Amino acid sequence: MKTPIRVRVNGVEHQSEVEPRLLLVHYLREILNLTGTHVGCETSICGACTVLLDGQAVKACTIFAVQVDGAEITTIEGLAADGQLSPVQEGFWEKHGLQCGFCTPGMIVTATELLGRNPRPSEAEIRHGLEGNLCRCTGYQHIVEAVEYAAEKRGPTTARSRA
Amino acid sequence: MGRYVGQRVKRTEDPRLIRGLAHYVDDIKLPDMLHAVFLRSVHAHARIRRIGIASATASPGVVAVYTGRDVSHKIGPVPCAAALPDLKVPDHRVLATDRVYYVGHPVAVVVATDRYAAQDALEKIAVEYEELPPVVDPEQALKGKPLVHEQFGSNVAYRLTSGEGDIESALASADKIVRQRMINQRLAPVAMEPRGVLARYFPGEQELTLWSSTQIPHLMRTQVALMLGIAENKLRVITPEVGGGFGSKLNVYAEEALLGWISIQLSRPVKWIETRRENMQATIHGRAQVGEIEIGCKKDGTVTGLRYNVVADLGAYHQLLTPAIPTLTGLMLSGAYRIPAIQMNVTGMFTNKMATDAYRGAGRPEATYVIERAMDLVAAELGMDPVEVRRKNFPAPSEFPFKTATGLTYDSGNYEAALSKALKISGYRELREQQKKARAEGRLVGIGVSSYVEICALGPSAAMPAGGWESATVRIEPTGKVTVLTGASPHGQGQETSFAQIVAEELGIDLNDITVIHGDTAIVQYGIGTFGSRATAVGGTAVLVALQRVREKATRIAAHLLQVEASRMTFANARFSALAAQAAATVGALATVPAPAADGDRSITLQEVALAAHLAKNLPPDTEPGLSATYFFEPKNFTFPFGTHIVAVEIDRETGEVQFQRYVAVDDCGKVINPMLVDGQIQGGIVQAIGQALYEEVVYDDQGQLITGTLMDYAVPKAAMIPTLELDRTETPTPENPLGVKGVGEAGTIGATPAIVGAVVDALAPFGVRHLDMPLKPETIFRAMQRTSAK
Repeated sequence: MKTPIRVRVNGVEHQSEVEPRLLLVHYLREILNLTGTHVGCETSICGACTVLLDGQAVKACTIFAVQVDGAEITTIEGLAADGQLSPVQEGFWEKHGLQCGFCTPGMIVTATELLGRNPRPSEAEIRHGLEGNLCRCTGYQHIVEAVEYAAEKRGPTTARSRA
Repeated sequence: MGRYVGQRVKRTEDPRLIRGLAHYVDDIKLPDMLHAVFLRSVHAHARIRRIGIASATASPGVVAVYTGRDVSHKIGPVPCAAALPDLKVPDHRVLATDRVYYVGHPVAVVVATDRYAAQDALEKIAVEYEELPPVVDPEQALKGKPLVHEQFGSNVAYRLTSGEGDIESALASADKIVRQRMINQRLAPVAMEPRGVLARYFPGEQELTLWSSTQIPHLMRTQVALMLGIAENKLRVITPEVGGGFGSKLNVYAEEALLGWISIQLSRPVKWIETRRENMQATIHGRAQVGEIEIGCKKDGTVTGLRYNVVADLGAYHQLLTPAIPTLTGLMLSGAYRIPAIQMNVTGMFTNKMATDAYRGAGRPEATYVIERAMDLVAAELGMDPVEVRRKNFPAPSEFPFKTATGLTYDSGNYEAALSKALKISGYRELREQQKKARAEGRLVGIGVSSYVEICALGPSAAMPAGGWESATVRIEPTGKVTVLTGASPHGQGQETSFAQIVAEELGIDLNDITVIHGDTAIVQYGIGTFGSRATAVGGTAVLVALQRVREKATRIAAHLLQVEASRMTFANARFSALAAQAAATVGALATVPAPAADGDRSITLQEVALAAHLAKNLPPDTEPGLSATYFFEPKNFTFPFGTHIVAVEIDRETGEVQFQRYVAVDDCGKVINPMLVDGQIQGGIVQAIGQALYEEVVYDDQGQLITGTLMDYAVPKAAMIPTLELDRTETPTPENPLGVKGVGEAGTIGATPAIVGAVVDALAPFGVRHLDMPLKPETIFRAMQRTSAK
């Protein structure tokens, strides 16, 4: 038995019929072909599946697709939709914030939300803010520098305009 | 430093990764694709009485269900490449047949039209087990009963003694002998991308393609072809984006061959993606050594000899390199020191657990841990500073190439330089002063030092199970674009960039005009793969030599086209030029005469030469058309990077928690192609070492049940648990390859662990603590403090 849902993903409206047990991450990956969102642990520990749900960072491996009916989702593919890298994406490239790249989409989405809430985070705040995302390659230092770069790049204007 | 080599060049692989547009195995979808899921043993040791698959087979969407009975005689055993004298090798089939030997042992596989349907059916398989007593503790396993594999009559897989020098008299000549039992706990590699395989068989062409998350596409092709009994050149292995490996994907797994076999049976593509729970159960583990060290020393700190008796927990089966890992420990026991006699006695034990194998460092972190902890114990015994004991035993730079009592010849080194630099950056003397004051206030502050040496650039083929060379093809296309095919198989290390840097430097072309292709056996010539910190030192050298040969050919063609002698050509910025005047060179003896200038009118671009080479209308006599060269580089020796890490910690008396105050690392990996990538490797390595030192441990209970079966239970370090690392380098090139590069992938993991443990133990010195076994969880530390009250 399938349930109809309507969801806006990266600015595009989708209407689908899904099984109630279908996980959001599988909906994004298998049905919408947005494979940038990864599955790393299935227990919402690693954060590789992090997406923005109505602006909030959530783990798509432990949310059902039916729960996001009527919501707005942003995935990693939606962050550079106009072809321009977002400041966080740019920071990850500039500061070598990724190696194998598997955790990277989740990290970038989480960092994007973090900077939305706290445009000038301290190093400790960045590290705390990324606690829901595991990286096994980088040792986090370059990720922290990437987020600092993005905060700098976004600048106070962005912070004010959001305030 | 060149225009590209030695520079912090941003990675060319990043744009696809940071936009979520890269393809890992699970991101590839093929028409008509099926999904496989595995039923795995819930028991550590049991006899399989019956497997009922009828209702699973009838479940909606199910295409096939296979058990060990269906496949075990049709697919060859899972390979072990390690050859040791009298090694016992159990028959390792892709699915369990009559018995299961560890929790996670695959018992059956369900193939269905989608993942959910396959999972539904899996739950309908009924397995009747007769439980058998499990062997969990490797030391208990020595007692002989119960047995993991009855046919061997013992749980001992092998015994091996290694090392040189007269250990008995070396220890007898010592003023003091220090003994200590030490554990290198079992760890899980936890690559963020679990394993995965997609198999596609074309029955008409009889071609099987495997997309697999592996570090060794070519070795896997050979092994899987043998397992399936198909021609190697009818099997294509592709490694798309690989989400980390750390040795866990340096293997040939049952699932890789079985998926290929299923695709052949069904003539449809079939995919399997490992869950994290499966990854914890059935992807190789690392370390797992329990040993006792004996180190003899003179009163002045001079080490006379070292013995390490160790029991290695191998698990139930041998994966690709399982029994060989402890032999690497034996090779590296001399560490950064002049030790006249060394002996390792290793006993490899079968247990009812997942196999151990190569996890980042693979036997070397164990060796470094043992020797570095031993140096700390000597220092404590003699009341010396740990730095002075290390210094006392370093070979001088003039002693290189330096022979060890483990049979190695260290290529180059300046251990004192790295140590001095680390002491200076950390302000070691001041740290010790601060420690004194802190102790007087009752605070628990400790400082740890580790001066490590590791073995990299694996390695000369004579010392490797399946070839130690690496291959490269450099091809200049008709349009002047340069394609590099490397046999290395990077999965995060960034060689698409660093190899392109080598090419751009040599040819003076733009980085974006170079494409580095790897991980496709139908495109790339045979290669060995990425592991053992070898890709740049061995694979990069292959690129360099191939490149030089292409350039040499291009020079000959350019000279022909310009109608000058090849020796009269210069090459700069992708342009060949004829030297201006013959006369200028003949008076070259006069230092003031400038080198002959290039003749601007008589020059030709690399791109023009490339086109001419392919059009082949006007080539020098006896010149093959085309512009490419392939080179297989065989290293004559390993390389031996080194460094010193200094760590300062403070322990919370109330909770036993460890707080980092400083982490200073000075590493020497020889010449550096891209310092940003080197920093990344070091940082990532150190953080995995912090994981081993403080948090991580694979725990099985006494029934062999895996307690740490998810990332909720297995503590991979998070960002907030990690200090800011202060990195620096010294640079001692290796003479073993023309790049001077030693390798860096595992250094952090190897060097850091003993420094961290040393710091914690030093902080607990007021409690009389001289050693604690990892992981140094708050509980472990708290208990140690409770055992004795501080003096």
